[in-house]
Amino acid sequence: MTDTAAPAVKTGPRISGAFHRLLAFSGLIALVVAFSLASPNFMQTQNILAILQATSVNGVLAIAATLVIITGGIDLSVGTLMTFCAVIAGVILTYWGLPLPVGIVGAILAGTACGLVSGTIIAKMKVPPFIATLGMMLILKGLSLVISGTKPIYFNDTPGFNQIALGSAVGSVFPAVPLPNGVLVLFAVALVAAFVLSKTALGRYTFALGSNEEAVRLSGVNIDRWKIAVYAVTGAICGVAGLLIASRLNSAQPALGQGYELDAIAAVVIGGTSLSGGRGTVVGTLIGALIISVLANGLRILSVPQEWQTVVTGTIIILAVYADILRRRAL
Amino acid sequence: MAAPIAPASASGAAVPLVEMTDIDKSFPGVRALAKARFELLPGEVHALMGENGAGKSTLMKILSGVYTRDAGIVLLNGQPVDITSPRQAQDLGVGIIHQELALMRDLTAAQNIFIGREPRRFGILDERQLNRDAAAIFASMNLKLEPTVRVETLTIAKQQMVEIAKALSYRSRVLIMDEPTAALNDAEIAELFAIINRLKAEGVGIVYISHKMDEIKRISDRVTIMRDGEYVGTVPGADTPIETIISMMVGRTLSSDTLVIPNTADAPIALEVKNLNRGREIRDVSFSVRKGEILGFAGLMGAGRTEVARAIFGADRREGGDIWVHGKRVGISSPKDAVEAGIGYLSEDRKHFGLATGLDVRNNIALASLQRFTGPAGVLDEAGMQKEAVGYIRQLAIKTPSDTQEARLLSGGNQQKVVIAKWLLRDCDILIFDEPTRGIDVGAKSEIYKLLNALAAEGKAIIVISSELPEVLRLSHRIAVMCEGRLTGILPGGASQEEIMRLATLRQSSVIESAPQRKMA
Repeated sequence: MTDTAAPAVKTGPRISGAFHRLLAFSGLIALVVAFSLASPNFMQTQNILAILQATSVNGVLAIAATLVIITGGIDLSVGTLMTFCAVIAGVILTYWGLPLPVGIVGAILAGTACGLVSGTIIAKMKVPPFIATLGMMLILKGLSLVISGTKPIYFNDTPGFNQIALGSAVGSVFPAVPLPNGVLVLFAVALVAAFVLSKTALGRYTFALGSNEEAVRLSGVNIDRWKIAVYAVTGAICGVAGLLIASRLNSAQPALGQGYELDAIAAVVIGGTSLSGGRGTVVGTLIGALIISVLANGLRILSVPQEWQTVVTGTIIILAVYADILRRRAL
Repeated sequence: MAAPIAPASASGAAVPLVEMTDIDKSFPGVRALAKARFELLPGEVHALMGENGAGKSTLMKILSGVYTRDAGIVLLNGQPVDITSPRQAQDLGVGIIHQELALMRDLTAAQNIFIGREPRRFGILDERQLNRDAAAIFASMNLKLEPTVRVETLTIAKQQMVEIAKALSYRSRVLIMDEPTAALNDAEIAELFAIINRLKAEGVGIVYISHKMDEIKRISDRVTIMRDGEYVGTVPGADTPIETIISMMVGRTLSSDTLVIPNTADAPIALEVKNLNRGREIRDVSFSVRKGEILGFAGLMGAGRTEVARAIFGADRREGGDIWVHGKRVGISSPKDAVEAGIGYLSEDRKHFGLATGLDVRNNIALASLQRFTGPAGVLDEAGMQKEAVGYIRQLAIKTPSDTQEARLLSGGNQQKVVIAKWLLRDCDILIFDEPTRGIDVGAKSEIYKLLNALAAEGKAIIVISSELPEVLRLSHRIAVMCEGRLTGILPGGASQEEIMRLATLRQSSVIESAPQRKMA
């Protein structure tokens, strides 16, 4: 075949995609450097560990949201689903007094089940993802309050429970680096999610759905099934987030959760995942989540009032997406 | 004409791969197929012809499981089947190359080809195998393409080749090609025909849908003609005169209503575009349109015609170039500027861009001129709007029960007229029509043609972008031809299809020497 056509921009977007990740990453580095120069307290082991610990819950939720967003959908229910899963863990462990592993599995299964419901509403009933998950967000918020009787459920009877997030398996081997388990969980979830996205059929269809859903359907793929599967996996990861936050607070706080979905989506967007679907990375999302918590931590160390932190985060979201738009325009 | 004629390549006794009889299909408000039929023998290339809206694509979408039929019988290898999904069609050995490119732009070429059938090892995708398999298919097609290249970065022609590679990878017994050459140049078409001949020798049956007569004559054993969703007849491909096929397609002989070309050569220039540029899409395009003139734009898919229109209209940012309207240079950086300069654009996708489908006819007509109907307190003058709307409904013969009918309930042709009325009310005297008859049935088409002629006769300057050569030839005083973002030539109205196709496939390297004088005085 003659090839006078366009050998021009062969690998362009791929380089640019890496460029965006690089942009987010260098943004993160710049923030870390700036805060280190501004305050000697920033670059302390203790503070770095605190940042990572603070990232763990939002990071896991953001990874959950990443999957759905790559399909071109959205999940507004990740925050309240997290709380719902925490409450379920509370019911299993504290109300029923069942062993810890049952609580862990139960919370994750609850998340998966809710994801299945969201996915089914979206794929089978054709309700737009925004509406379907907005509804689920409110339903789960209400259910958490109903099940718990609006009161926190404490895990005082399950001694190992707070070790999920707060203990340090690394610290028991290397006492100098007391990396909290919650951070390990975050990394584990990230590794698994990255693997699923790049190496499994589920991951391939996640990108394909966001890229051109009709084309996937015409290729003979059962798109409803895969879409539901993506929402189910997202739900399962929310279950993990629920365990993390409950473990950190040693309680399931039923009123918590709403608002977390926005932080999660912010991390996804800062990390370069396109809200219109088809592209995105777990690494980017991790970086996005880190940027948010480094900002919060650094500004707090510099004694910037908390109210201003959200202003800065908001600005960063807009700048991050604008940078992406500029890149595309330059293409 | 009714009895099918045995093809040269198969004996008359062969069991047909496909037999479709009495197929009915209706969509809300439209009867797409009525007792349609089709037969395909092993090793046969069977062309399916008909005007837009004749039901070719619908019939083939039923065969490939995209739509389900309302009534009728489908036999595969003599066995009755009920194909309800694309997956089932694939399993039954029916593959299709879709007319609209059905690719996932963010995935690689190889990932696109094997979507839904990824090779796996222990449940994990085997990307190496995937790329190897894709490379093998490309090699068999003589196609130089990296399996790992993202589809988004490919030219439309290459994307079409990926689509063809995908269809080949299914090793289908029945392969449907819906306008596979829409974006291909001659060399690529020759390559495709070589592939088709190879498949034929292997006994694969090929359904070939195309508007290009020369291709049909070259490749097809038999031709089945459809009109208005109905079966018209089946004729041998090689020795049926083109005129016969055309008259079967349109149900009458075309001649009476061709354009009477008035002399516009000394009319003042209404629109002049100089050195328009936008990335790879538009490269140094210059042309002009006179008052009362219809300038046609021809070219393959992805040649950049719509992009030129959108850049002139300010819908896309242009990177270079000047636009002159009635001898004055105008700065157009948004559709608002263009409209104020008197340029109206009727987009190819009416539902999305041209028409507010939720609004009624009156509001759609007034939409671009609301300021004129806004009273001192900001209240809209409904009576004034109604008067104008009713006037245009009469003038353009828009078929609607009233001016308060919702625009989405109108037929395609009448929706098109509503958009025209909108621009006329806004005093636009330069009108750009992008595929004005796409999705409009045959009767309404000739009405649109008449309307365009009438508008030109009134002194409007008109640009018509169309992928249907007969349409361009029928309407245009002059024909601008584009290829890969360049204007490769402007031909007089009576130009031949061959001449247009030559310019439409003129590649970059050869343009500079052979392009005719591009600046029109």
